[in-house]
Amino acid sequence: MIDTAHYQALGVPKDASADDIKRAYRKMARKYHPDVNPGPEADAKFKAAGAAYDVLSDPEKRAAYDRFGADWDQPRPEPDQDSRWQGGFAFDERDVNPDMFRAFFDQRGGPRAMRQDQHARLEVALEDAIRGATRTLSLQVPQIDASGHVTLQTRTIDLRVPKGILPGQQLRLRGQGMDGGDLFVEIAFAPHPIYRVEGRDLYVALPVTPWEAALGGKVRMPTPTGPVDLNIPADARQGQKLRLRGRGLPAAQKGDLFAELHIVNPPKLSPEARALYQRLAKEQPFNPRANLGV
Amino acid sequence: MKKAKPRNPQVDLIETLSLSELTMFCDTNAEWVITLVEHGVVNPIARSAPEWEFTPAHIARARKAARLMRDLGLNVAGVALVLDLIEERDALARKLALMGA
Repeated sequence: MIDTAHYQALGVPKDASADDIKRAYRKMARKYHPDVNPGPEADAKFKAAGAAYDVLSDPEKRAAYDRFGADWDQPRPEPDQDSRWQGGFAFDERDVNPDMFRAFFDQRGGPRAMRQDQHARLEVALEDAIRGATRTLSLQVPQIDASGHVTLQTRTIDLRVPKGILPGQQLRLRGQGMDGGDLFVEIAFAPHPIYRVEGRDLYVALPVTPWEAALGGKVRMPTPTGPVDLNIPADARQGQKLRLRGRGLPAAQKGDLFAELHIVNPPKLSPEARALYQRLAKEQPFNPRANLGV
Repeated sequence: MKKAKPRNPQVDLIETLSLSELTMFCDTNAEWVITLVEHGVVNPIARSAPEWEFTPAHIARARKAARLMRDLGLNVAGVALVLDLIEERDALARKLALMGA
């Protein structure tokens, strides 16, 4: 049975030269590298390209693949394990590439004795980072059985996410890596519909009416710990940032919350509002296009 | 290997790593980290290498640099440029997302 998935993953024809394959792989790696292009789709493409390149860049493996298709490595006494790594989602997925476990597999003949640190990545909701939460981390851990084969076992760890953690911060779980090594968990924040995170500060786009911006006064605004009244100065500008000190992420040094004003017109003016605007147009000389020379 | 491990292990929040700790963390050598510092990819607190401390943002950057250099065959100057551009791009994307674009 013929399989062409690896060629498709790299976007090359079946008779592509070794140079074409290398070029195609490098281009895919650049474009879909998880550190360059975050997201599950790019990640899947990056992994598929890596798996394809691992096979197609080796003349022997490529010949076997061309002949036997996806099962090319089945009859071998020690199957190459690289293809089994897809879906080890709790590893830091950016670390999954053909080289990742080379050191590990190089030693698969005997039991490993060397402690090795492991890295994983955990995405948490902004609210959980602010209040603290307990998360369950699923790890796929390679194990060598008595006959020397590597299998994946799922291990779950309950993990306390400390209150006030910032994106990019690392948690160390002592002794939870391989053979007594440590497990490091990098915290990432899931995208939030309301707040944008910059370091320890939070930003929220706050819509205001033209008259709220002009007159100033109190408006309700959300904060992660509940809504508050925000005092808007009179003559507020579009895009103006107002700072709420200490309302950002509750790290050791508290972050701030910034409200960015966005002036929004009502979708349809009532006749009364139209009359008021007409009066304003007559009595308020203002040319916002003066610096355009018109 | 199969023996049950405690389900609630001890968890430490990493505040900073020293040069040797960061070297182990990135599975690399001290010279590599020093080159990153010389190119401004990461900036330690303190002046001289023995007292260097790296904050979480810089720890994350160092690991990202290690992955990009390994996977894309970049040199340090190249990875410095890539990381700066990615950060700029991400900041712009976050702004756009909140403006409803």
